[in-house]
Amino acid sequence: MLNLKCPNCEITADETDLHCDGQAHIERFGTGASDDDLETYLFMRHNPKGVHFERWRHVFGCGKWFNVARCTVTLEVFGTYSAQSLVPPKSLINKIKKKRPEWEGFVK
Amino acid sequence: MFSVTGLNGASSNGSIKVKDAGLTGMITLRGDLKSPVIAKVIKIVTGTNIPDQRQCVSTSKGATAWMSPDELLVMVDYESVDATIAKMEKSLLGVHSLIVNVSDARAVFELTGGSIRDVISKGSPADMSSKILPVGEVRRTRIAQLAVAFWFTSDTTARLVCFRSVAGYVMDWLENASEKGSEVGFH
Ligand SMILES: [Zn+2]
Repeated sequence: MLNLKCPNCEITADETDLHCDGQAHIERFGTGASDDDLETYLFMRHNPKGVHFERWRHVFGCGKWFNVARCTVTLEVFGTYSAQSLVPPKSLINKIKKKRPEWEGFVK
Repeated sequence: MFSVTGLNGASSNGSIKVKDAGLTGMITLRGDLKSPVIAKVIKIVTGTNIPDQRQCVSTSKGATAWMSPDELLVMVDYESVDATIAKMEKSLLGVHSLIVNVSDARAVFELTGGSIRDVISKGSPADMSSKILPVGEVRRTRIAQLAVAFWFTSDTTARLVCFRSVAGYVMDWLENASEKGSEVGFH
């Protein structure tokens, strides 16, 4: 069971109070985008064994979205941060790198 | 106009007392909670300041609860809701905000007793310890599969709000969870 701290209301909520909406930081391409770009936006997702960045919503709580960095193997939560971030915060990346030296780093 | 609550006066008397809190004026206000204009409006209609994160503050005039970083629940007398909304809309003219009367879209319960924390714990994942959820702090979570919000008004009294359409279910749930002989004695 995951317990995630929502950065919007700062409550540590149980997984059942939350809803996961998959990979975070998905890039949306504008008008005139190629079919490949649209396909990537719609369907192509990472499926890492290890560090993963996800979008979650505090659905039974404050109702707001936030992002989470966690490990898909151990369920270790590295941190949560604002959904209004184009990339994960540097401090979080550094924290993960320290814990997982073998991690290849954040890939969009 | 004749109004009734979703609970229509229901009550139960088990390990805690569960009671229809009666018609309650409730207004959702969305906007920038740091805005001094909104602070002024809240002061006028409920007499309170903008509550800190997750807090519910009250005066003899009304109460204001923090629901999310851009949402407040304004509670006033049921009869004065329309006038209150008119006042708020006038003061917030041109200020990016949303004001909605949700009085009849919600049901409000009054809970009384020493084991409220234990009863709610039977169906909610929220940490009900008084350290994490002290008197005056609002918790938005679920009971069974339903969204609820509640806050303690004293060590032995709490208010619980849910959607009106599920008021009967929540009443049954609370009655069942507080059945005499099912006390947990944890909190
Ligand atoms: Zn939250």
